[in-house]
Amino acid sequence: MAITTEGAVQAATAAPARRRLPPMTLKLAVGLTIAGVIILFGVVGPLLVGNPSTVRDIGLTGPGNGFVLGTTQTGQDVFAQLAHATRGSLIIGVVVGALTLLLSSFFGIVGAFVGGWADEAFSLFTNIMLVIPGLPLVILISSYVPNKSIWLVAAVLAITSWAGSARVLRGFTLSVRSRDYVLAARISGEKRWRILLVEILPNLIPLLASQVVFAVIFAILGEAGLSFLGLGASGSFTWGTMLFYAQNGLALRLGAWWWFAPPGLAIALFGAALSLINFSIDEIINPKLRSQTRAERNKWSVKA
Amino acid sequence: MSVLEMREVVKDYRLRNGLRSTRLRAVDHVSFELKPGRTIALVGQSGSGKSTIAKLLMQLERPTAGSILVDGEPMRYHGAGAAAYRKAVQMVFQDPFGSLNPYHTIAHHLARPVKLHHPDFTREQVADRVLELLHRVRLDEDFASRKPHELSGGQRQRVAIARALAPEPAILVADEPVSMLDVSIRLGVLNLLAALQREENLGVLYITHDLATARHFSDEIMVLYRGAVVERGPADDVILNPQHEYTQLLAEAAPAPERRLAELGP
Ligand SMILES: Nc1ncnc2c1ncn2[C@@H]1O[C@H](COP(=O)(O)OP(=O)(O)OP(=O)(O)O)[C@@H](O)[C@H]1O
Ligand SMILES: [Mg+2]
Repeated sequence: MAITTEGAVQAATAAPARRRLPPMTLKLAVGLTIAGVIILFGVVGPLLVGNPSTVRDIGLTGPGNGFVLGTTQTGQDVFAQLAHATRGSLIIGVVVGALTLLLSSFFGIVGAFVGGWADEAFSLFTNIMLVIPGLPLVILISSYVPNKSIWLVAAVLAITSWAGSARVLRGFTLSVRSRDYVLAARISGEKRWRILLVEILPNLIPLLASQVVFAVIFAILGEAGLSFLGLGASGSFTWGTMLFYAQNGLALRLGAWWWFAPPGLAIALFGAALSLINFSIDEIINPKLRSQTRAERNKWSVKA
Repeated sequence: MSVLEMREVVKDYRLRNGLRSTRLRAVDHVSFELKPGRTIALVGQSGSGKSTIAKLLMQLERPTAGSILVDGEPMRYHGAGAAAYRKAVQMVFQDPFGSLNPYHTIAHHLARPVKLHHPDFTREQVADRVLELLHRVRLDEDFASRKPHELSGGQRQRVAIARALAPEPAILVADEPVSMLDVSIRLGVLNLLAALQREENLGVLYITHDLATARHFSDEIMVLYRGAVVERGPADDVILNPQHEYTQLLAEAAPAPERRLAELGP
């Protein structure tokens, strides 16, 4: 009974809101702000800075002296490199996020919805992709292709990472598919594609959003790792390649913090921001998490 | 379409238990006839196969044996015949919290069957029809723009009834329409169903495990026990003069105010 009254109160306050947007919590606000600033920098930054590859014979110089973040060993502008690297890493993230969304929706949602042998086949394929060890495969492909574009790296990362989220989506679709409102739509004679797109898919949106955010984090971290090992995209800047060159240039030993700290910090901040956003989405999907934190808060206030 | 008949229908489910597979007979040679203007109550305990019969009628399951006849013709599962059937037979689900899509407004739930039934309707005509349907189930017009989570259980079930009425069916299957509702509002929803049944001359299959309401709201009662009909007849006969021991047990267990008063009185 207590649940009904709580629901009624919520209903009264939430009535004007047509679409259920996630409630703006501190977590979500911080995550969105950090991610927004970094994305803005990646979009606008490269337009404002000079050529990041220009070599000057001033050598390793610290911040100031006309260069916001100093220069590398070969006199390249670190700030300009950071701007282009941010764009590069974001492109990887977006491409992998989009490909993961497409592949996992197709193999997870469509398979579960159609059912029968299609489901069996899709699910078998997903499971095979799932047990293929991702990182070794990525390293293998990367080391066989000598001139890799940023797009190829993104494609390889996407192909090795969609299976997990396809499985999650399949499970959820199976449960939604047998709910009474889907049966009611079938009874009223709705077309199958309409049932999938209009009745089932909207209820998967929070889950999809969370899977995509996770895929973006995975892609950016994965690319950074590959590039740091020297297996990344050749000829383009990403946070990973910056770290790779800083490592090669002995930045750490020379104490050139302005060279390795900015890309490292950018990776950490962007990862943290996306995780915060993901936690907020998770709380929408699974209200239990939210009530748990609320219970925790109440416990503290009682103690205090 | 006017008469819907189940003839000796059997439904077996295969239960896989490791490598062995066992057969579960959920519906066992059931026959009955649903006609416009008449209400049949299907009574039985949990697991007796009531919902399975509803699913068979709604084409969500296929019979293992036996036949379902529409005006004497075998039921069609594909093509134009199936489309016509879906308009003529509608269902109200047991759980009003699961039968409405949390993502969509009440208007969406009512507008879709209206559009499917009248593809030629303009937007205004559909909107008018939605409001009219809300009226029919005694809900205010401002419910149209609300989401299911903003409604009480009773209100949701009224919406579900309105949705079932949208294609102007001849037969309504109501699978325990009030068992998930608060006791205080059950009678309201049942009275609404009974009123609509009279207004539209519907044939109703009222599935329940409550003998008292079965007697009050239906002309005929069928008692289902482990998938088979063990007793059937006019409502009063079955309740007042139960023949099968399972029906006797049910009747004993049902709260009967008159008997209670007689026992208590001096
Ligand atoms: N899809 C299925 N697969 C296997 N067995 C099933 C399936 N659906 C129902 N059954 C079984 O068929 C029997 C009848 O189930 P049914 O849902 O028709 O019962 P019911 O009379 O509606 O019960 P309740 O009053 O609890 O709703 C039960 O034993 C059930 O376990
Ligand atoms: Mg049931």
